[in-house]
Amino acid sequence: MIDWLTEPFALAFMQRALVAAVVVGLVCSVLGCYVVLRSMAFLGDALAHAVLPGIALAYLAGVDLLAGALVAALLVALGIGFLTRHGTVREDTAIGILFAAALSLGVLLISSTGSYATDLTHILFGDVLGVSTTDLWLTGGLAAAVLLAVALLYRELLLASFDPLLAHTLGRRPGLVLLALLVLLALTVVVSLQTVGVGLVTALLVTPGATASLLTQRLPTMMAVAAVVGVVSSVVGLYLSYYLDVASGAAIVLTATAFFVAAFFLAPHRGLVWRRLGDARPG
Amino acid sequence: MTAMLALEELTVRYNGQPALERVTLHVPHGAQVAIVGPNGAGKSTLFKAMVGLLRPQHGHVLVHGRPPGDQTDPVAYVPQREEIDWRFPVTVADVVMMGRYGRLGAVRRPQAADREAVARALDELSIAHLARRPIGELSGGQQQRVFLARALAQEPHVLLLDEPFTGVDASAKEALLGLLEVLRGEDITVLVSTHDMNTAATRFELAALLNQRLIAYGPPAEVFTPAHIGEAYGGQALFVGDMVVVDQCCPGHVGDGIAHRHSHTGEEKAP
Repeated sequence: MIDWLTEPFALAFMQRALVAAVVVGLVCSVLGCYVVLRSMAFLGDALAHAVLPGIALAYLAGVDLLAGALVAALLVALGIGFLTRHGTVREDTAIGILFAAALSLGVLLISSTGSYATDLTHILFGDVLGVSTTDLWLTGGLAAAVLLAVALLYRELLLASFDPLLAHTLGRRPGLVLLALLVLLALTVVVSLQTVGVGLVTALLVTPGATASLLTQRLPTMMAVAAVVGVVSSVVGLYLSYYLDVASGAAIVLTATAFFVAAFFLAPHRGLVWRRLGDARPG
Repeated sequence: MTAMLALEELTVRYNGQPALERVTLHVPHGAQVAIVGPNGAGKSTLFKAMVGLLRPQHGHVLVHGRPPGDQTDPVAYVPQREEIDWRFPVTVADVVMMGRYGRLGAVRRPQAADREAVARALDELSIAHLARRPIGELSGGQQQRVFLARALAQEPHVLLLDEPFTGVDASAKEALLGLLEVLRGEDITVLVSTHDMNTAATRFELAALLNQRLIAYGPPAEVFTPAHIGEAYGGQALFVGDMVVVDQCCPGHVGDGIAHRHSHTGEEKAP
C-alpha cells in the first residue's frame, strides 16, 4: 500500500506535478469562494479563455508564455470593469463580447503558427506533468501573492460582496475592491493554466467552493473546506491520472466533481437526501 | 436649534431621468423624521445620496456641516430586505461586527470596545441568543433586527431606515417604534422612509412629503393636508369627503385605468 502511494512520486516530474497541482488546488478553491458567492463563474471562464491571444502573441514574440497570459488576462479583467463601469453594458454581455473576441483572436493567432492542434491541446487542457522548476517557482510565487491579498483584503472583499452599500457608508471603495478581485482572478487563472488548462480552470474555481457552501455556514470555514476539497482533489486526481493513464487535469476536475455530487446529496441539512428525509418525517 | 443634517438643493438624476430635484431639508440634532412619498418618489435615492453611494448632479449633503465621507461612522443605513443576499455565509454576530469595520479598518483585530458594542447592540435588539445563527435561517422580523443591531454597533449620529415597516408584522413594527423611542433619548437623528402615512402622522414629530421635489416638510399636521397629498400622489389620491385615500400599488399601472387585484390602500384622514 505504501509503495502504491509513493511509487508515482519517485519520478522528479511527478513531484513537480504534485506541488503544482496542490498549489493550484489551494489558490483556486480559496478565491473560488468569492466566485461562487458573487456568481462570477462565467467571468472566470471568460478570463481563462482570454489568455489565449496573450499566449499566442508571447509564443510568436518568443517571450515567456505565462507573462503573455498574465497581460492578456489583466487586460480583459480591466476591460470588463471598464465596459460595465457606468452600467452602460450589462456585465454578462460585456463578458460574452470580450470572451468570444479574445478566444477568436487566440485561435486566429495560434492557427497562423502552424502547430495548431498540439499546442492548443496543451493550453486548453493543461500539462501538469510538463511543469518545469522555473514554472514551479512562478506558480508558487503568484499563488502566495494571491493568498496574501485575499487575507489582507478579507474585510474589504466581504463588505464589497455582501453589502456594497455598507462599504460606501463606511467610506470604503467597493468598486476598487471588485477591480482588485478581478485582477486576483486573472492571476489565479494564469497560475492554473499549466495544471488544468483554459478549459477546466472554471471547474477548479467553482466546484470546491460550491461543495464547501453546502457544508458550511461562515465564510472562513467555507474557504477552509473549499481548500481541503481542492487540494485533496488535486492529489487524488494525480493518482488516478498515473494509475489509469488518463489526462491529469480532467482527473482532478472529475474528482472535485465527485466531492460536489456527494455533498449535494449527503450534506447535513442542505443535502437532497437529508431534505427528503426531513420532508418524510411528519411535523 | 442648529441643523445637524442638511441637504442643500440636492439633485440626482439616473441616465438623465430626474430622481430628486433641488431637495433642501434641514434636520435638527436628535430629530426623527418620516420621509413619505409614492413609489419612485426618490426616497431610497435620497438615502443613497446621503451615504455617498450616489453622487448628486447638484447640491450637497452635510452632516455637522461637513460631507459624510470626512467622518467616521456619521451615518448608518439599514437597507431594505430585498437588497441583502440572505444565502451569504455569515452569522448574525458577523453582520453586526461589520458595523465596527469603519473603526477597525482593513486588518486590525476587534478590540474589547468593539466586542462590547456588538454585544450591546445584540442585547438592545433582543437577538443575543441568535448571535451564532446564519442570517438565512432567521424570520423576517429577526433579519431586520440584525441590520438594526449592526447600525447601532456603528454608533452613528444619523440613522437611515429604508422602508422598515414594509413586510414585517404588527409586533415587529411596534418593537421598532419602541426602539425609536429609546434612540430619541440617545440623541441619534433618525430618518425613516415609509409608505405608511398613518404611522408617519402619529408617531413622528416631523414628516417630509417627497415626490422628486420636497412638497412639504414640518410637523405632520401641517404636512399631510389634502393639497399636499394631492400634489405628491397626483392621480393616486382619491378625495372622499374629508378623507383622502391613497392607492400605492403597482407603479406604472396607476392611473392608466387597469384594475389591479392586489392594490392595498393606505387611508389618511385629512386634518
